[in-house]
Amino acid sequence: MLNIKNLHVKLEEEDKVILNGVDLAIGAGEVHAIMGPNGSGKSTLSYVLSGREGYTVTEGSATLEGTELLDMEPEERAAAGLFLAFQYPVEIPGVGNMTFLRTAVNAQRKARGEEELSAGDFLKIVRAKAKTLQIDADMLKRPVNVGFSGGEKKRNEILQMAMLEPRMCILDETDSGLDVDAMKLVAEGVNALRSEGRSFLVITHYQRLLDHIQPDFVHIMAAGRIIKSGGPELALEVENNGYADLLAEAE
Amino acid sequence: MRAEAKTEALTARTAALTASGSGWLGAARRDAVARLAAMGLPTKRDEYWRYTDPASLTAATPEPAALFDAGDEAPAFDGIDAVKLVFVDGMFDPAQSDDPATAGIEITHLSQAEGVDIHWAREVYGVLEARGQIPVQRPLATLNTAYATQGFLIRATAKAAKPVSFIYHHKSTTSDALLHHCIKMEPGSELTILESGPAAARMTSVMEVEVADGARFHHIRAQGRDHARRAATHVFSRIGAGALFKSFTLTANGCLTRNEQIVELVGNDGVAHVAGAAVGDGTFHHDDTVFMTHEGLRCESRQVFKKVLMNGAVGVFQGKILVKPGAQKTDGYQISQSLLLDGDSQFLAKPELEIYADDVKCSHGSTSGAIDDTALFYLQSRGVPKRVAQSLLVLAFLAEAIGEIEDEAIAEDIRLRLEGWLQRHEH
Repeated sequence: MLNIKNLHVKLEEEDKVILNGVDLAIGAGEVHAIMGPNGSGKSTLSYVLSGREGYTVTEGSATLEGTELLDMEPEERAAAGLFLAFQYPVEIPGVGNMTFLRTAVNAQRKARGEEELSAGDFLKIVRAKAKTLQIDADMLKRPVNVGFSGGEKKRNEILQMAMLEPRMCILDETDSGLDVDAMKLVAEGVNALRSEGRSFLVITHYQRLLDHIQPDFVHIMAAGRIIKSGGPELALEVENNGYADLLAEAE
Repeated sequence: MRAEAKTEALTARTAALTASGSGWLGAARRDAVARLAAMGLPTKRDEYWRYTDPASLTAATPEPAALFDAGDEAPAFDGIDAVKLVFVDGMFDPAQSDDPATAGIEITHLSQAEGVDIHWAREVYGVLEARGQIPVQRPLATLNTAYATQGFLIRATAKAAKPVSFIYHHKSTTSDALLHHCIKMEPGSELTILESGPAAARMTSVMEVEVADGARFHHIRAQGRDHARRAATHVFSRIGAGALFKSFTLTANGCLTRNEQIVELVGNDGVAHVAGAAVGDGTFHHDDTVFMTHEGLRCESRQVFKKVLMNGAVGVFQGKILVKPGAQKTDGYQISQSLLLDGDSQFLAKPELEIYADDVKCSHGSTSGAIDDTALFYLQSRGVPKRVAQSLLVLAFLAEAIGEIEDEAIAEDIRLRLEGWLQRHEH
C-alpha cells in the first residue's frame, strides 16, 4: 500500500533536517503505529506525505500503490486514496460542515471520473455515518470545526474519513485532547473502517490509544528515523520503560 | 483649492443642470442650490475624501465608460417577484417597467410631484439629506437634491405586496445620471427596495428613507459590473422607535464607487444594519463611508463591510459610530475587513467611535489579510482542488456580510453572483 524509502526532509525556510532516512512499508489491510518522543519527526512525516507546504524532500520516495505521492498536489493525493486525520483539525468559519463534506466527496469522485453524489443520496449517507459517531444534526450544520470541543473535532475527522473512504489513513495524534470515553468512540469509528483493502498509520505518544486500535506493527521514531520496529509488545515496552532505553540502544 | 477655483469648478459641474420646478419641490431644489454654493464641491483635501479622489465625480463631464456585456449571467434579482422600474442612463423608461400600482403602495415619479403645493415628500426630500450634512459635509448629495429630476417618491402604509426593484441600465458611454428617491415608511409598514445596475457612465444618487415607528425597511442592491463606471451613492435614513432598517450592497467591478450611508437612530429600540460585500480586480476603487448616529435608547447598529481585492484594487472604509448624550444602552458594532489576494492591493480603513453616553456597548474591528494557508491545506487534503478551496474560503470570508440579508432567495442570488465573479477571476 504505502512504501516509504530513505525519506530525507528539511524545512523549506531554514536549514533544519527533520526526517533523516525514513523507511517504512505498510501492506494492504495492515495497521502500523509510530511512537516516539516529541520532536522526533512523526507529525512532519504525516504532513510531508499529505503534501503540506513548507518542507523540502532532499532524498527518497513515498509511493501509494506504486504511484509516487511526492510529485502530487495535496488534492491529488487525497483522490488517490490518502487521508490525514489532523492533530489539530482546522476551524473554517463561514463554511458549513455539510457543504465542506459534500464538496470534498464530490471533488474526489470527480477526480476519479466517478459520478457526483446527488444532494439526497449524500444526505442519507452522511446522516447514517454521523449517527454512529454520535455527531448530531447541529454539528453538521455548523461551520467546519468552529466551536467544536476537542472530542467533536476528532469525531468530525473520523466522519470525513468515513465519507471519503480512503485506502491509506494516517491518524496524527488522534488521541490528543480526548478523554477516555471520547477516545473509545473515536477508536470504534476507526475500527469500523478497518478492512482488507484499507491500511492505517497511527501516530501517537501513548500506548493507551493502541489498546483500542490494535496495531499489527509498532515503530519507534527518533531523530527523524525509525530506530526500532516490532509487534504490539513494543508499545507496552515504551509504556513501561519510556524511550530512554530504546534511544540508548539505538545509539 | 482657492475660493474662486472652487466656484469655477461648481459652475462647470452644474452648467448643464437646472434647478427647475415650482411648488414645494422647486423650493427644496433652490434651497439646495444655495447650500451647495456655500459649501462648494469636495476636493481631495477634505478630511473624508483623503482616500478617494473626488475629481472624476466633480468634473464637468463624466469620463466615458465602455458598455459591459454580462454574457450569460442573469440580471440581478431576475428571479425575485418584484415591481420592476427601469431607468436607462438615468431616465425612467415606463415602456420597460411594470405598472407601479401593482406594488400596493404609493409610488410617484418626481416629475408628477412638481408644481403641487402640499405633498408628504416635502418632509423628506432634501430634508434628511440636509440633516446629514452635519457634522460632515456631503456636497455631492446636495448637488443631487438641487438638480435631480429622476427618481421616485414611495410611501408605504402597510406591508407591501412585493419588493420594488429599480433597474438601472447603462446604454450611452457618456451618460451622467442623477437619481433621487424618497421613501416614507409609515408606522408598522414593511417594504423591500432592490437596486441593480450601473445606471450610467457616472451616477450620483441619493435615497432618503424615513422609517417611522415599528416599520421595517430592507434595501439590497447589486451595483453594475461595468469596469469603467463611476458612482457616488448616498443613503440617508432616519429610524423611529422599534423600527428596522437594513441595507446591503454588493459591488463587483467599477473603477470608482463611493457608497455613503448616513443613519440616524432617533427613536428608542431602533435597529439599523448596513453591510457590504465588494470584490474588485485591477482599477477597482471602492469606498464605504458610514456615519451611524445613536440618539434613542437601547438601539442596535451593525456595520459589516468585507472587501476582496486583487491586482492593485483599492478598498476604503470610513465608518463612524456617534453615540449622543443620553443614548444609553446603545449596542453598536462595526467590522471592516479585507482579503488581499496578492501583494499589490490595498485596504485603507478609518474606524471611528465618538461616545457621549456612559452605559453603552460599542465594538469595532478592522483587519486585512491573505487567505489562511492552513485552511487552504485542510481543504486540499480532503480532495478539494486549490482553486475551488480558495473560492470557498473567499465566500466564507464574505459570509457575515451576506448574512445581513434577511430574505434567503435574495441572499442566494447575491451568493451566486459572487461565485460567478470568483470563477471568472480564478488565478
